[in-house]
Amino acid sequence: MNTASLIVFDGLLLISIVSLAWAALATTDARRSVILFMAFGLLLAVAWARLLAPDVALAEAAIGAGLSGALLLAATNDHSRQPATAQTETTRTEPDRRVGMAIQWTVTLLCAALAVALAWALAYAFDSTAKDTLARAVSAHLDVSGVSNPVTAVLLNFRAYDTLLELAVLLTAVLGIFALGPARADYQEAGPIFDGLTHWLVPVLILMAGYLLWVGAHAPGGAFQAGATLAAAGIVLRLAGRHHFGLPAGSTLRITLAVGVGMFLLVGLALLAVGRPFLGYPTAWAGILILLIESAAMLAIAATLVSAFVGGRPNPIAINTGEKP
Amino acid sequence: MLTTQWLYALSGCVLIALGLRSALLHRSLLQRVLAINVMGSGVFMLLIAIAYRGPTLSPDPVPHALVLTGIVVAVSATALALALARRLSTERNDE
Repeated sequence: MNTASLIVFDGLLLISIVSLAWAALATTDARRSVILFMAFGLLLAVAWARLLAPDVALAEAAIGAGLSGALLLAATNDHSRQPATAQTETTRTEPDRRVGMAIQWTVTLLCAALAVALAWALAYAFDSTAKDTLARAVSAHLDVSGVSNPVTAVLLNFRAYDTLLELAVLLTAVLGIFALGPARADYQEAGPIFDGLTHWLVPVLILMAGYLLWVGAHAPGGAFQAGATLAAAGIVLRLAGRHHFGLPAGSTLRITLAVGVGMFLLVGLALLAVGRPFLGYPTAWAGILILLIESAAMLAIAATLVSAFVGGRPNPIAINTGEKP
Repeated sequence: MLTTQWLYALSGCVLIALGLRSALLHRSLLQRVLAINVMGSGVFMLLIAIAYRGPTLSPDPVPHALVLTGIVVAVSATALALALARRLSTERNDE
């Protein structure tokens, strides 16, 4: 394809992305803005694919558009069930309104100034000479990393500390969610059509998660994309009103949530015990250790995301009564 | 510096500014969370644009890994923020 038509494509894509973001933020209707945000996420995935970042495109489509959308939609549902309490808009006096307008314009101008400053800083950064040293280091050491997908090599080998801490962030977030209150009420049981769809969709999603996990070693994919796909299967089951599926119960759930960080630490400490640096894999073992950590991370990510969708501490009483015949 | 890189990087700057403005001005907590997500997407766009090195060269994998991490951290932070907002609204309704 020639460059002129590619630039036209880029222009159209970016105009759509920016206008969707604008529309999502301008409306005061929460549900409308969430749906626009999901469309925004899907177009972002197209943009990442266009910029040759297929790993990020997969993650954006699954997480940025799909799961964030599901979380936000569930939150708008909570919102619409409660009586509207904030009716302050109507009682504001004329001088108040003028102050409000002044603040609005000041914030808008400052934000515009920030955008200009960022663009200026970028022009400066792009002109500077130090370039690509990290990219060259990655490609020079790719053959000892145990995988051939450079993004997986960075995530699970060269910068494994970052990924370990990222899993710790996920665990902290889900503990925070559990601490804040009980889970939302279950959805009612699905009708025959959605139930039939579930029977097809869930096995396909589980199979796809396994494929994404395996293929991540040498092609776009990996634990995050796989975890998000597995979480989608769990969310479909929750939406179909199946309380007992989609998420393990009790202590199994706790172990699954912690298994990502746990496996990472276990591998790191085992390597320390045999005299290697923490998470410094021996070349011969790197591939299998990465797969082991990624499998655990996939389970933990999926359990975390489904727990986040459920929105709180699972109710043990409901589980007990449900198990009785 | 490529034209493509500039187009995407500048859009990233616009998204950051749009998101920040709404995060500061919106009243609804849900829409503030959404605005911060848009701002994050702008940052991701900057990073991916920096990583891009034309159609023939393979892009820099380090920013890609950073953005992947960023997407996952953003969704967990969003989930925590939404849980906080839900708790806040139940506390307010109880008063």
